[in-house]
Amino acid sequence: MMKRTVLAAAAAAMLAALPAKAADYKVGILLPFSGVYAGLGAHIENGFMLGLKDFGGELGNNTVSVVRDDTEADPGASLAKAKKMVLSDKVDVLTGIVSSAVLGALRDFVHGSKTPLVVSNAGNDDATGERCSPYITRVSFSNSSITRVMGPWMAKQGIKTAYLMAPDYAAGRQMMDAFRATFEAAGGKIVGEAYPPLQGTKDYGPYISQAKASGAQALMTFFAGGAAISFVKQYKEFGAAKDLPLYGAGFLTSAAYVHVQGEAADGIIASLHYVPTIDTPENKRFQDGYKAAYEGKLGSEFAVAGYDAAHLIVKAIAAAGGDKAKFKGELAKVSFNGPRGPLRIDPATHNVIQNMYIFRNEFADGKVTQKVLATIEGVQDPVNGCKI
Amino acid sequence: MLTDPSFWLVQSLNSLQLAMLLFLLSVGLTVIFGLMNFVNLAHGSLYALGALIGYSIAEASGSVWWAFALAPVAVAGVGAVLYITLIERLRSAGPLPQVLVTFGLIFVLMDAQRYLWGTDALGVTGNVPFSGTIHIGVEPYPAYRLFIIAVGFAVFGGLYLLLNRTRLGAEVRAGVDDAETAAALGVNVERTFFLVFLLGCALAGLAGAVAMPAFSAEAGMGVGILVPTLVVVVVGGLGSLSGAFVGSLVIGATLTFGTALFPDFAGIAMYAALIAVLLFRPHGLLPARG
Repeated sequence: MMKRTVLAAAAAAMLAALPAKAADYKVGILLPFSGVYAGLGAHIENGFMLGLKDFGGELGNNTVSVVRDDTEADPGASLAKAKKMVLSDKVDVLTGIVSSAVLGALRDFVHGSKTPLVVSNAGNDDATGERCSPYITRVSFSNSSITRVMGPWMAKQGIKTAYLMAPDYAAGRQMMDAFRATFEAAGGKIVGEAYPPLQGTKDYGPYISQAKASGAQALMTFFAGGAAISFVKQYKEFGAAKDLPLYGAGFLTSAAYVHVQGEAADGIIASLHYVPTIDTPENKRFQDGYKAAYEGKLGSEFAVAGYDAAHLIVKAIAAAGGDKAKFKGELAKVSFNGPRGPLRIDPATHNVIQNMYIFRNEFADGKVTQKVLATIEGVQDPVNGCKI
Repeated sequence: MLTDPSFWLVQSLNSLQLAMLLFLLSVGLTVIFGLMNFVNLAHGSLYALGALIGYSIAEASGSVWWAFALAPVAVAGVGAVLYITLIERLRSAGPLPQVLVTFGLIFVLMDAQRYLWGTDALGVTGNVPFSGTIHIGVEPYPAYRLFIIAVGFAVFGGLYLLLNRTRLGAEVRAGVDDAETAAALGVNVERTFFLVFLLGCALAGLAGAVAMPAFSAEAGMGVGILVPTLVVVVVGGLGSLSGAFVGSLVIGATLTFGTALFPDFAGIAMYAALIAVLLFRPHGLLPARG
């Protein structure tokens, strides 16, 4: 009896001396698979799964399993689903979230339950500003970071007046406000602005006519998805390109749909954290893998965010081993070179610090490619009232 | 800007173009409404269906003309299925079940569209007629929008002749006026209603197919246009062709010039127009039944 207890104690001591044992990490993917953002949800999930495949080798003996659920664009339902994932499925980390409204609804729950959340789209500035949380890490972008870089750059090109146009909701306003601040600081002047409703008919004719009549030297915009396709086509049809060159947040000509815009996208200059033509081995690996896995499709910036979210989670697991408490802290310490270039997490806000690319869309031989005109490195948001 | 004649010209054309799309949608709805007091809230979904089917036809055949010709037929086919399976049963059920069922249909049709066409916005890339820009005076204007305007006027003319010069038209007018008496006089009101319903579906499909090259096709695109369409029906007056036409012009102009001149109030301009019309003409501008 005595002898057996001693043996057991010795065994326990030996176990404790070994490195932390491997663990299974459960990832809860919360993305819109139906509703207005369903297209983006599919891109992000595709990217995430490709990322798990590409970087799974770094997990060591640890394993990752995935549960997924549909957030639609419904904050209330999303919160219920997030609670189920954390309380009943016992996930170790949540990822996804396209709509900033959904992110806003989840924020207090993940903060209170200390569940790490890796955001792979929702760009609301407040999520890594006043409403930031040590448990929320954003690997995608913040709204203002996208357009902030355009102000000084456009002013340097000799543009003195601009007209602003974006859908009437938080993202549209934040992107335009960020541009206005830096453009005016660089000596530019905003001569007019319009905020068409987010939902409803996709007829931008009246707005484009209005912007043309303002006499501005440039039209600075943010549109995304179906609205972006319609807007760019109608901008061309109204013959606006000659007098009123078009600039925008890069979602205007996203890799997800720029092929549909086709010739209409030619000449549009935009800024974004990712363009498919970045010439690095990391990007080539991503694009080749994406094409092979998803019917020859081009990987978009949305897919890249999913891919990098997977990479980030894998790296944090590799650093923490089987120690799940340590894993939570590792997420914000990760840095790596992804398809979009060097990427790290700001310890002050847990927002991503990354390059912004200012690029021109060029249409030739039936295809649109992106020519990078300028790379602004290490774009970092101000703390914006965040206390971590 | 306000003294610039090209501003007024371009915005007037913009409002006319929007009005014609609203007309194609509202004319079917209003006649169905007037004929049988039936509210089909899923009418906008048929518009989306017209755009998506039109997209597939255009991609398969390489020409949007086929889409214009066949998408309305296909949408009318969907309408026939809906009629036989659901709508016929609801005929005598009263407005609440009709609203609930057709409201539910919006979601069913939207998810069916997502299932079949995915969620991305789809646009035809090449081979669109009138894809260039026309200069009106010095002002460039998209030629395709002029085409939409022409389609609207042509449909209005065609429907006017149909309604005033054919037996079906006479039956429709009689049915809208007084369905019971018409039935007593030997008009098969059920059959007339069915035909008008199909025609309304086909026109919604045509509106979608014609809108698709300009505004792209997307599952769920019918939801946004439903509200202005219903407003047109009410403003124009139930059951009347010219009411739908005039209502479309009023609402198209209100939406366009509201957007251009009072961007901060554009969202309420349409409702303000609706209230103004209802205050002074509670039955709409040109109702079929005085």
